[in-house]
Amino acid sequence: MSEAAVTTQTGKAGPSRAGRRGRHGFPGFGAGRPLWSFMVFVAAAAVAVPVVAVAVDGVAGLSGADLPRGLGGMLLTTLGLMLGVGTGTLVVGGGLAWLVTAYRFPLRNVLVWLLVLPLAMPAYILGFIFLSVFDVAGPVQAVLRAVLGAEAGIAQVRSLPGAIIVMTLTLYPYVYLLARNALLEQAPGPYDAARTLGAGRARALWTVLLPLARPSLAAGLALVMMETLTDFATVQYFNVKTVSVGVYLVWKGSFDFQLASQLSVLVLLFAVAVLAGERLMRGRARFHQRGGRGQGLETVRLRGWQGWAATGACLGVLGAGFLLPALQLLWWAAGELATGPVPMRAEQFADYLANSVALATVVALACALVAVVIGHSLRLGGGALVRGAAQLTTFGYAVPGAVIGIGVLLAFAVLDDLLEALGVAGGTGLLVTGSVLGILYSYTVRFLAPAYQAVDASFAKVPPSITRSALSLGAGPARVLARVHLPLVRPGVAVALVLVSIDAVKELPLVLLLRPFGFSTLSVWTYELARENFWEKAALPALVIVSLAVVPVFFLFRQVHLTENRRKGH
Amino acid sequence: MNMGSALGLLTRRTAANDQSTPALVLEGAAKRYGTTPAVDSLDLSAAPGELITMIGPSGCGKSTALRLIAGLERPDAGSVRIAGEVVAGRTRFQPPERRRVGLVFQDHALFPHLTVAQNVAFGLHRSPRSGRRARVSEVLELVRLPHLAGRYPHELSGGEAQRVALARALAPQPAVVLLDEPFSSLDESLRAQVRADTVAVLRETGTTGILVTHDQTEALSVGDRVIVMRNGRMEQVDTPERVFEQPATRFVASFMGDADFLPAHVHNAVLTCEIGAVSTLPGWAGADVDVDVVLRPHEVALAADPASAARVVAVEYHGPFVLHTVRLASGRTVRSWQPHTVRHPVGTAVAVTVAPDTEPTLLAGDTAITSPPATGSRVKRKGTSAAVPQ
Amino acid sequence: MRRRSLLGTTGFLAVVMTAVSGCGVPGVGAESADLQVYTARHYDLEAAFSEFTNQTGITVEFISGGDAELLERLKAEGEDTPADLFMTVDAGNLWNAARQGELAALESETLDKAVPEDLRDPEGSWYGLAMRARTVAYSPDAVAPAEFDAKDTYAGLADPKWEGRLCMRDATSAYTQSLVASLIDLHGRDRALEIVRGWVANDVQIMSNDVLLLEAIDAGQCDAGISNHYYVAREQAEKPDMNVSLHWASQEGAGTHVNISGAGVVEGSDNPEQARQLLEWIASEGQNAFVDASYEFPVNPEAEPEPRIAEFGEFKRMPLNAEAYGDLNAEAIDLLAEAGYE
Repeated sequence: MSEAAVTTQTGKAGPSRAGRRGRHGFPGFGAGRPLWSFMVFVAAAAVAVPVVAVAVDGVAGLSGADLPRGLGGMLLTTLGLMLGVGTGTLVVGGGLAWLVTAYRFPLRNVLVWLLVLPLAMPAYILGFIFLSVFDVAGPVQAVLRAVLGAEAGIAQVRSLPGAIIVMTLTLYPYVYLLARNALLEQAPGPYDAARTLGAGRARALWTVLLPLARPSLAAGLALVMMETLTDFATVQYFNVKTVSVGVYLVWKGSFDFQLASQLSVLVLLFAVAVLAGERLMRGRARFHQRGGRGQGLETVRLRGWQGWAATGACLGVLGAGFLLPALQLLWWAAGELATGPVPMRAEQFADYLANSVALATVVALACALVAVVIGHSLRLGGGALVRGAAQLTTFGYAVPGAVIGIGVLLAFAVLDDLLEALGVAGGTGLLVTGSVLGILYSYTVRFLAPAYQAVDASFAKVPPSITRSALSLGAGPARVLARVHLPLVRPGVAVALVLVSIDAVKELPLVLLLRPFGFSTLSVWTYELARENFWEKAALPALVIVSLAVVPVFFLFRQVHLTENRRKGH
Repeated sequence: MNMGSALGLLTRRTAANDQSTPALVLEGAAKRYGTTPAVDSLDLSAAPGELITMIGPSGCGKSTALRLIAGLERPDAGSVRIAGEVVAGRTRFQPPERRRVGLVFQDHALFPHLTVAQNVAFGLHRSPRSGRRARVSEVLELVRLPHLAGRYPHELSGGEAQRVALARALAPQPAVVLLDEPFSSLDESLRAQVRADTVAVLRETGTTGILVTHDQTEALSVGDRVIVMRNGRMEQVDTPERVFEQPATRFVASFMGDADFLPAHVHNAVLTCEIGAVSTLPGWAGADVDVDVVLRPHEVALAADPASAARVVAVEYHGPFVLHTVRLASGRTVRSWQPHTVRHPVGTAVAVTVAPDTEPTLLAGDTAITSPPATGSRVKRKGTSAAVPQ
Repeated sequence: MRRRSLLGTTGFLAVVMTAVSGCGVPGVGAESADLQVYTARHYDLEAAFSEFTNQTGITVEFISGGDAELLERLKAEGEDTPADLFMTVDAGNLWNAARQGELAALESETLDKAVPEDLRDPEGSWYGLAMRARTVAYSPDAVAPAEFDAKDTYAGLADPKWEGRLCMRDATSAYTQSLVASLIDLHGRDRALEIVRGWVANDVQIMSNDVLLLEAIDAGQCDAGISNHYYVAREQAEKPDMNVSLHWASQEGAGTHVNISGAGVVEGSDNPEQARQLLEWIASEGQNAFVDASYEFPVNPEAEPEPRIAEFGEFKRMPLNAEAYGDLNAEAIDLLAEAGYE
């Protein structure tokens, strides 16, 4: 044995030396890049500004006004609606995703993507159609009465269950899309393991696939919940008094915008709960998909009546959520074209169409870009602060459009005053409130959430070691983004582009409130007709909106289809 | 398999071959998450061309140490120097892309959307365009994969992917290459070959490497030096021989290879324990202390002896050797390697001795000692309170 | 190759769309007409405005939207607002805009003469320009007009004899709120509550819009309901075989409930003179151009109503109390909730 004592290499002066040298870098930033982290903060601030403006305005004006009667009931109704629509979309969206992924049956290959179509149907249009078809004066009840006698009828169409059904039919595609992607991209290992451990397909589904798909389902559900929260049109048709209805009631009925903004803070609290719930659902588990070897979920052919039953189930949902409403719109539009003067204002139509398409495209690109920058920045490191800021950027989706619109107006009014106080003549010159810029900004604030969710889901599938490899090979953040992250999260970017452009084509309150003179879109045109109860006339622009939204849905399908083919092998 | 031909292709050596400057220096580098220290005050100096293996149980801080070196984590304290340049210190933090550190991951982390050649070329964007193609073929030759340049990662086998990952990391001629359990995703049969090839490449290119592993044999056989980590600290940094033969702590002794511990006593320079006198310790003449002795199975000899109270309780056949587990009279067990021709059936009474010329490691508490403690009275075996006169 | 082309397509699209949005968007910030109107009213404004332009040479452009949203936009824009006129479809909203100081007072003999006193602001901040009546529509097969209480038709619908026979609009409808506000103004809160409770006790069927309501009456699902007069006219025009009649409410009492669509000059207007001119024109020569297409009544007694609504006959209207409509609207909402009216 050697003469010298073997000493351990751990420095004895460790803690004190650490204390003397102090912490390196900024707390909360982690190893993140200041510039990129800063961009996340900018995005978060941009989203927060209008929301905060409204909240501040609301709280500043605490007028001591009575809260609207039945606020408790509104809260309960909101909860009930969210619960119902949440369950509904999970069952319908998740169930259909399972059906088309795990089984083969007649028309399956077409239905796989057709089932996304209800996304293209604005809820405010579907709600109206649903009512006009099923309510007392509509044809369905008329037939029922004719067949079963005068007393026959559907118990109560304008009710919470009615609203839940309609919203489920329009919103389930969010869950369907994300659940199907999750099932497709499932690492086959765990599923095979479950099967070899004696679990049948069903048990493997419940015990392995479903838990693994949980983050995707939660993300889809979060989107559904936020849409449900901010919906005003459908719930009003169905006489469901949610907090959002309360916001409009006190705003428009009691002329109390401040009370309305206080209520919308309440809506925001719901949203925070939803997002927190989504985070909780993800929990501490990590879901980086590793390839692994194995067969994975095998598709089973359904034969005979079972196959047709599956086809029927898909067609039923599709019919109720898209085909029949679209037919009804067609019917109305055809009737209008046949009888009256053509309601199509030909010279403006091209304008409206161009505006709608341009707005949707630019907003979709902007949202996808911001979402990628956020995802990328988080990937570079960045502590809790940056992650919190990233989460904040999704709040815009949970605030009713009109409230965001007002927030944007208020925020820019303040900015305008500031500039004028600083001696800039004319301030912003209302550059923003009366311009397309303001619309673009508010759309981006509102639709960042779906873009972020989609891109984030894609980033989750890129192992961190990929990012680290790229950095260690000397690629700076910008190069990592361009050469590595962007190509790898392309599927998420595609989904983001599609979701946002569909939402943007349908969006109404923001463009209505912020548009400059002479600027109109298809949704505004529809609104103007619908508002005068010219539903038959409104059918034509509504149809155009629906067919516009079908275009991105088709691209989405192509994306999903490519993913599936890639998964199956080359 | 001829690595010699690859050698000739190497026209450039890595820049870390200035023999006077260490390739990598850690000084008091520490990182904590919340209040738990992940690594605590790491000190290390790696000479150019040195290959150091790092081993420890999971959660010991190996990965954090790598991340600190690579620049994926900011140290809370201390500094990191690479090829003489401070890359992390009190006032300076170089991001990973400026560090000249190569990384090879367990999952290879090849970019799935790029071909093998594009993967390898990825790190060469700062070098002149004209030289890139040559460098790519050079490193692909080095790992003997030039014929796969056009393939995509999913078209490679595990071993091929690993070699591509190595080639990609080496292409920009990094000062240090960090290999994070690079072989653990490979089949056993493949692993030895890929490991040998990898080490050969690192040696040939004179690359300084830190290789994290959880395989003791790998740690001992590959490294010029071995770092044994535990609880965020380096328990021992030493040559493989010393780590195995002269472990610094009880943990190192038990983690690096099989070891049994027996209470022992040193008196008049003679080390005795339950199985009798083990060895003499020159220089311990005046000592009279309780210690623990570390016995490796290959140091323990067995002989059938019906008079002995020790009994064989388990026999494991390992091909060339047979591992015997023996329960001593005290109930403690020791293990012994025997040649495959020797087998003492379970239940056999055996005499246990220590092989001649064994210089076993002694532990006072959890720390190894090589000379009698200055104040012998303070060194005692756990649980005993016998004061030892000076 | 595929990948490149997909990325390329996206980039190309981005360029094209930015170009489209840049050129295709008219009037970014710039005002291209003499007058800018923020209007909650949309129907056939274009026709009326272009007639005005033909006669005066003053050009008009407008954006439409909800009353409340446009008012918030006005407030946020402050004195920088491009708007010259603010046009709403409800007296309460006009009153509210005036109360918040967003409308400038006018002095105009023409307007004072053209618009009856109760249909305009005494200060001249706003003027009613078109009038609608909210009255009962019924199925002549199921109801004899004599069944309606001639003194207070609205209150009469609370009579148990109407049980299971009524259709009305939902509580979120501004029409319902304004009607109930006028009932509170007329009878006091307690009596109004009693009336609404009576409707609820009669199992009134709540409809989500007036057209559906009229169709329900036509389909025999209810015998009578409350609707705006112009929906009856419109439905009759579109479906000649529709079997729904209109009855003027409370003709021997306070008169039929009416509300107005009107406008005022915006406080921050940079062209108040021409804005006043436009108001004066709509209230006088422009009355028919403004109201006929939507089957509304002109406010100017000198203008003839559109023939189809003229057929409904002359009627006595309840005097319009804008302050009550505005001030009592919140109370009306509260009352409806208290009564369990949905």
